[in-house]
Amino acid sequence: MEAEQIEIAEFLGRFPPFSYLPENTRQRVACSIEIGYYRENTDIFTFGEEIHDLCVVRSGAVEIYRRNGNLYNRLSEGDVFGQLGLLMSNRVRLPARAMEDSLIYFVPEAMFTELCDEYEAFAYYVEVDDHRMLNKVVDDQRDSDALSSEKVSSLIARSLVTIPIGATIRDAALRMTEESVSSLLIVEEYPPYEDGGDSRIDLVGILTDRDLRTRVVSQGVDLSAPVVNVMTRNPKTIDKETYIFEAMLMMLRFNLHHLPVIERGQPIGVIAISDIVRYESKSSLYIVGLIHRQQNRNELALVSKDVPDCFVRMVRQGSSAHMIGSAMSVIGQSFKQRLLELAEEELGPPPVEYCYLALGSMARDEQLLITDQDNALILSDDYIASQHGAYFESLAAFVSDGLNECGYPYCTGRIMATNPRWRKTVSEWRTCFSDWIDVPNPDALLNCSIFFDLEGVWGRNDWAEELNKFIVGRAQNSSKFLASLARNALLRTPPLGFFKEFVMEQDGGHRRTINLKRRGTAPLADLIRVHAFAVGSTARNSFERLDDVIEAGILPDKRGLDLKNALEYLAMVRIHHQVEDIELGEEPDNTIEPDTLSDHERRNLKEAFGVLSNSQRFLKYRYPFSK
Amino acid sequence: MGRSRSDFNWHQYLASKLEEDLPQSVMSFYRNQPFNESLTLGAAEYVALDFETTGLDPEKDDIISIGLVPFSLNRIKVAQAKHWLVRPSCSLSEESVVIHGITDSELTDAPTLLDVMDEVLLALEGKVVVVHHEFIEREFLYHSIKEHLNIELLFPMIDTMAIEALQHRKGWRNTLKKLLNLRLPSIRLADSRARYGLPRYQLHSSVTDAIATAELLQAQVRYLYSEQALLSGIWR
Repeated sequence: MEAEQIEIAEFLGRFPPFSYLPENTRQRVACSIEIGYYRENTDIFTFGEEIHDLCVVRSGAVEIYRRNGNLYNRLSEGDVFGQLGLLMSNRVRLPARAMEDSLIYFVPEAMFTELCDEYEAFAYYVEVDDHRMLNKVVDDQRDSDALSSEKVSSLIARSLVTIPIGATIRDAALRMTEESVSSLLIVEEYPPYEDGGDSRIDLVGILTDRDLRTRVVSQGVDLSAPVVNVMTRNPKTIDKETYIFEAMLMMLRFNLHHLPVIERGQPIGVIAISDIVRYESKSSLYIVGLIHRQQNRNELALVSKDVPDCFVRMVRQGSSAHMIGSAMSVIGQSFKQRLLELAEEELGPPPVEYCYLALGSMARDEQLLITDQDNALILSDDYIASQHGAYFESLAAFVSDGLNECGYPYCTGRIMATNPRWRKTVSEWRTCFSDWIDVPNPDALLNCSIFFDLEGVWGRNDWAEELNKFIVGRAQNSSKFLASLARNALLRTPPLGFFKEFVMEQDGGHRRTINLKRRGTAPLADLIRVHAFAVGSTARNSFERLDDVIEAGILPDKRGLDLKNALEYLAMVRIHHQVEDIELGEEPDNTIEPDTLSDHERRNLKEAFGVLSNSQRFLKYRYPFSK
Repeated sequence: MGRSRSDFNWHQYLASKLEEDLPQSVMSFYRNQPFNESLTLGAAEYVALDFETTGLDPEKDDIISIGLVPFSLNRIKVAQAKHWLVRPSCSLSEESVVIHGITDSELTDAPTLLDVMDEVLLALEGKVVVVHHEFIEREFLYHSIKEHLNIELLFPMIDTMAIEALQHRKGWRNTLKKLLNLRLPSIRLADSRARYGLPRYQLHSSVTDAIATAELLQAQVRYLYSEQALLSGIWR
């Protein structure tokens, strides 16, 4: 009479991939196994040995090694190993050793093969190696995310309302009333070509309710005047294939309420902010609006208290890390812009033109909740320190103090516009960056992750763009600089993974906590920056940089996608962790304790770390350092 | 119980059994006894055996469940584990139902020990029988077979509890503790297993306990003996 193995089946049921199996199948697996006991510090499998079982750690701890003897993984209760050997010619690829007294369950090969054949989830778990597993998780997240998966075209609710270029203001207003629309596109129509085809219309401008109020009525403009006189000429447009969240960001950034949607150069509709509001919570848009309406620093500080809630709301709605990072950066930028406006009101107009720069994560649109303020000033070449110095010192202090009050603490490294070192003229900045790039000494590179990501937020933002182009152009052509930057990007390495309540280091050491920014997202951003400069990408955002890098084809096949997924996943875990902190009423931070992670998260994090680690190795090879 | 002491002369006993007129299954079981002086721990084939009984008195109580699992020092062959429910001649006491969770109604259709004896002996044949607390398995088997067939069925066993007692209850400290009536280290199955880092099992059935016993012996050998050690040193 065959014995039922309920104890074993129940154990297996607690862990993937066996938890994916139906109960009666699990019972059959339980009845098929063999069991072995291994004393601490004894080999379970050595390299090249034959293997015919999938191994499950029932109790104890097992270490898996690479062929060169480096630790690859440490396993505990419920973890499986040996699948690689089973799938590849029945030879042990990664030797296994009991690190504590361990009891191992052996699932015979025939059963293993049957399970792989019959149960996709099981096969997926054991067959897929690291990064592909991660891809699936990120894909699943993306699927559930309407804002980032839906295109702008899905927001177009009604047919296009236009008026020809020759119309008067009155014609336009009547048409808007007839159609009950708040915006109207002014177009030039071309008849079909003689050899057939459709007629074509070109977008010339846009007129909104607000324009009628501010440019017509309040100015007393004659209603029979041509509409072209009061419309916004060549308005910003968006392609119908764009994701909704990008449209949202564009509207936020340029403070637009209406955005014409284009298909193959032809306008096909208009989306209004209210259309997006139906998708996105009002929160991030609302806060940005609020920021621009506050009248002094105290009021701004009050508004800043709502930022964490807005962040939590976005996360709950399933926004992607890219979207959340962008929204938080836009909010941060708005604080800066409003503070600068207030500063200029208080101090009077600036004596020379300037550009206020956001640096680091804000410039990359990757800001989360806890970010130091990193900023600097580009001053006009007409700047004369003795005459204008005091003004910009006061301006910088006003903004930095205000930002500090709004929850963006002072930068401990003093990378702030209040520091006279970081108030330079256009030419001085060029010289400064040239020096850094041409003579990449450790000091210069120390702050490269901050200075080399810059974005203008106020004033002559075109100077920031030019400076950025200058930097990328020069960096791209300096293999010495790229090599130094690459070497610098290898300074912070990811951990190997997790073991029980510990973080496992590559050298086998443990620690209790891990800073996901320092050990995950920051080294990834560093690494992506090197590739981005190498291909001459002027993008700042890591995802956008990756797109450029992938397009340039310098990465091994699929590696770019792996990097994207790893970045998205690491950032998401950071974000979710901060949300948990906020919900617990704690100060959000970037430090996580492994015992708060689910098995699922541990696995995926480990895979993301693996992608980072592999990519760091590639970086070393791609940008070799020679003296 | 002279027959369970380690100085019992099993050579002589087993030789004498071969002279007796025994049923074929019993004869075959004795003829294939693995017991010989040169057999090492590493070379032996084992089978872990566990009974559930209606009580603790082998003369009054009966076996109601038999579980066994064959194994070597490296692998416990769960796929070959076997389990029988056995109908007792006495009825079940309430307290024993609490312990093993087997009720009368489950046993009314079960075969008797005599019905399954040949199968059980076949599963044990040629293998070193391993139990935890030899008294139960040895005495219950002895009395049941004696009662029904008037055959004396005795054979050497390895007792993981005796190994544990030898390790953890010897020495002057423990002798002193005994004299002073202090608690000695527990040698119950679960407690013994814990000393070797073996997991605690939630469910108790004769098969689970047989597997637990097999795991314990594997651990004990890894800790206390070598694969080259002679089996004759530990069996009783």
